[in-house]
Amino acid sequence: MSDATLSHSAEHAAEPHGHEQHHPFLQHHFEDMGQQHEASTLGMWFFVAQEILFFGGLFAAYFVYREMYHEAWKAGSHHQNWQIGAANTIVLIGSSLTMALAVWGAQGAKRKFTTLMLVLTLILGSIFVGVKGYEYAEHIHEGLFPGSHFTYTEATPALTRGVQMFMTFYFTMTGLHALHMVIGAGLLLYFIRRSWRGDFGPEYYSPIEIMGLYWHFVDIVWIFLFPLLYLV
Amino acid sequence: MPQQQGHQPDHETYTGHAAPPHQAPLTAYFVVFFALMALTVLTVWVSRIDLGAMNTGVALAIAVVKALVVILWFMHVIHSPRLTWIVVICSFLWLAVLFVLTFSDYLTRHWNIY
Repeated sequence: MSDATLSHSAEHAAEPHGHEQHHPFLQHHFEDMGQQHEASTLGMWFFVAQEILFFGGLFAAYFVYREMYHEAWKAGSHHQNWQIGAANTIVLIGSSLTMALAVWGAQGAKRKFTTLMLVLTLILGSIFVGVKGYEYAEHIHEGLFPGSHFTYTEATPALTRGVQMFMTFYFTMTGLHALHMVIGAGLLLYFIRRSWRGDFGPEYYSPIEIMGLYWHFVDIVWIFLFPLLYLV
Repeated sequence: MPQQQGHQPDHETYTGHAAPPHQAPLTAYFVVFFALMALTVLTVWVSRIDLGAMNTGVALAIAVVKALVVILWFMHVIHSPRLTWIVVICSFLWLAVLFVLTFSDYLTRHWNIY
C-alpha cells in the first residue's frame, strides 16, 4: 500500500496540475469527490461517537443518582413545566426536519431553498434556546438553582437535598445541551453564508450533511432528556 | 458524478465511490417528521398514566425508537456505506459497556447478597 501511495505522489509531483481539472472544493489528498464525501461523513461519525459517550457518562450518573434519590427525582421532575418541555421538543424536531431538508436541497443544488431551510433551522434552534432561558429564569426565581441560591424547601431536609441533586443534573445536562445548540447556531450562520454564495451542489454537499449529523445528534440528546427530566 | 479529467486513480488503495448522492424523496422526510411528532405525543400521553416502575421503561423505549428513526433517516445511515454502520454500531456498543459496568455495580448494591 505504501508503495502505491509513493508512486502516486511521485506522479503527482511530476505533472503540475491546474485546479481547473477538478472540483474547486476537492482536497488534494482525495481521489475524487465521492471519496472525500465518505471520509468527511465517517470522520464526523467518529466525532458523534465520542459525543455519545460524553453525554452517555452524564446519563449513567443520572440513573445512579436516580436510584439513590428516587423520591426526590419524582418531586424534582414535578417542578418542570412539561407543557413547555413538550412544545420545545416539537420546535427542536421541527428544526431537525428543516435541517434534513437543507441537506436535500444542497444535494439538488437548490441554492435558495437550502439557504432558507438553514435560516429556518437557525430560527427554530434560537426559539428553543430562548425558551430554555425562560425556564432557567423561572427556576432561579423559584430558588431552584443549586448551591447557596437554593432556597426551595420540601417536606423533609433529605428530600430538599435530593431535589437539589436533581436540579444539579437538570442544569448540567440541559446546560451542556444548550451549549451544543449555541455552537450549532454559530456553525449554521457560517453555512448560511456559504450556501447563499452557491458553494454547494450534488458533487459537494458534505459540509451541510455533516452540519446535519451534528444537529440531529443534539436533537437525539434532547429526545432522551425530555422524558427523563420532565415526565418521570 | 461526471468523470474527472485526467489524474485517474491508478492504484489499489482506492476502488472508487464516485456514485451520485442518494437523494431520498422529499415526502420521506415529512413522514419521518410526523412519526416523531406522533411518538412525542405518545410519550407525553403514556407518562400521564400510572404504570408504576414501568413508566420509565416505556418512556425510554419510545425515546430509543425516536433516536433510531432520526439516525436511520435524518442522518442517512440507512443509505450509508458499511464502514459508517460499523462506527455507528460500535459507538452504541461502547455506550452499552459504560452503562452495563456502571449499573451492575451501583444499581445492585442495595441487593445486599454478599
